[in-house]
Amino acid sequence: MSTKNNRGRGQRGPLASVGLHSVLAVAAFVAAFPVAWVAYVSLGAGEFDYQHPSRIAAHPSLANYGHVLNHTDFFTWLGNSTIIAVGTTVVGVLVAASAGYAVSRIRFLGRGSLMYSFLLTQMFPVSVLMVPLYKILANTKLLDSYAGLVLVYCTTAVPYCAWLLKGYFDTIPVEIDEAGRIDGLSPFGTFWRLIIPLARPGLAVAAFYTFLTAWGEVAFASFFLLSSNHYTLAVGLQTFVSQYNSQWNYLAATGVLIAIPAAAFFYLVHKNLVTGLTAGGTKG
Amino acid sequence: MTVAASAEAATPRRTEEEPPQQAGPFRRLRRSYDQFWYAWAMCAPVAVILGVLVGYPLVLGIMYTFTDATSLNVGHTIGVNHIPDTFSWVGLKQYVDILSGPDNQFWPHFWWTIIWTVSCVAITVSLGLGLAVLLNRQVRGRTLYRVLLVLPWAVPTFVTIFSWRLLLSDGGAVNHLLGSLGLGQPEWLSDPFWQKIAAITVNVWVGVPFMMLSMLGGLQAIPGELYEAAEMDGASPWQRFRNVTLPGLRPVSSTLILLGVIWTFNQFNVIFLLFGSTNSDSVQILVTYSYKLFFGQNPMDYAGAATVGVLCLSILIVFTEFYRRWIRRMQGEQA
Repeated sequence: MSTKNNRGRGQRGPLASVGLHSVLAVAAFVAAFPVAWVAYVSLGAGEFDYQHPSRIAAHPSLANYGHVLNHTDFFTWLGNSTIIAVGTTVVGVLVAASAGYAVSRIRFLGRGSLMYSFLLTQMFPVSVLMVPLYKILANTKLLDSYAGLVLVYCTTAVPYCAWLLKGYFDTIPVEIDEAGRIDGLSPFGTFWRLIIPLARPGLAVAAFYTFLTAWGEVAFASFFLLSSNHYTLAVGLQTFVSQYNSQWNYLAATGVLIAIPAAAFFYLVHKNLVTGLTAGGTKG
Repeated sequence: MTVAASAEAATPRRTEEEPPQQAGPFRRLRRSYDQFWYAWAMCAPVAVILGVLVGYPLVLGIMYTFTDATSLNVGHTIGVNHIPDTFSWVGLKQYVDILSGPDNQFWPHFWWTIIWTVSCVAITVSLGLGLAVLLNRQVRGRTLYRVLLVLPWAVPTFVTIFSWRLLLSDGGAVNHLLGSLGLGQPEWLSDPFWQKIAAITVNVWVGVPFMMLSMLGGLQAIPGELYEAAEMDGASPWQRFRNVTLPGLRPVSSTLILLGVIWTFNQFNVIFLLFGSTNSDSVQILVTYSYKLFFGQNPMDYAGAATVGVLCLSILIVFTEFYRRWIRRMQGEQA
């Protein structure tokens, strides 16, 4: 169509291709380098190797991993983190999905104010909620327990997920609900048997977001978990770098071990990420 | 109640037509209940969780701002002994002290928080949009690029920020690189000015992937015919970007910017983990400053921390209100 050059629509010249690839390569390098650096530092066995990175390449070793796995509470922390993160994901996504569905499909009283209050909860600084939450958890015997932390994390993750899923449900045609209702399903049945299976990409994104929120949270976890056998990875990691000793090498090794499950989860959902986030964005 | 959609479409119109005097609020509530009880049932879990764990603590937190509560006089339990509350009401003293007290620390933190939020959101959104536009093309190895670019989001911040601490430390890799290029080697983690630059850089690094993926989603939702039509009319790539891409992205980007502002304003992890609690007072934004009031001293100043928190919340509510009005007006102009 274009007469100036012999390229069709949407095709690039070689120069543009080189430019595009170099920009993307630089960006990808900047994004990945700090993560790769942790992995590199984790191979240096000496306590001060991180200050002399060139030493590490000469004697890479897995000694840090051995120490972390055998001589620390790593598996306890990992277990706690997993229970809390998976618990938050299951509870949070279920609760967010049902609310998101109701808001998406039904024009009931109080629908607008519910959406606004979702937005409002994102504005609360931790410091206002910290002491009152502590008191509530202490009064309900949920302090220092998995359930308490799961509920607290739900408050931070559920509003965004409900909003995201509402957007996704909006893209599923209402005719599907109608068909379900005509065939005699209850409103809950329609939601559970028809909509949930169709909304899998959206749910995957919500699950990913919730999991990461719970997996990486620091402030609440370090305040609400009192006994060391309930520490999550985020809290346990802080014990390596205290006022008295900074064992960066162990920290780096633990960091790599922590990143693996998160990255694996990401790999599982990454195909859905874009479509899931799309839908969430179309309506504010 | 045969078909969900007909009820959905018909009901609001019917209620609007009826004069409010005839159907009193109670009757309207009653009919709404009959028709939509299951909607409320589905929202109940969220409402209960948010009400108990956000609403109630918020009320308590606001209450603390009118007292002189510290960790010593708030009721707590040591072993089997329960010590009751002994703090007293001081009215607006906390607010007056914080906004105009003798050791005024609020305003410097406030201005820095504004600069921090504006620059982080502006840079994150533009970089995210730029990368999304690039990734939206046919590129060889797109999946690989995408996986690498999302890493900062997928790896927990407490891991990546420890890595940044290593990289930015005095003899760290960043300064090695700058030195070999013959540039200056600032003290990223201790000099007040460079601390701020480092904080913004790291926060942008953490925030770009989320923006990029969301923008990419928004881009893919723009119909391709619009671009074809623009091309037929002879629009240059830049004109297509300005007049097709940006307006098409507006529903996504307006929400993303709002969320970005709220999340950045309340960003706790980056500054807390990057600088810890040592010699870093000027880089603390309001949220971490109030956390320091809370943990950084003994006795912990609950009332002061809560007051700063409530001030943050008020700033955000005012901002959101203005922003939403502005968006609505822009949409009105378009239509």
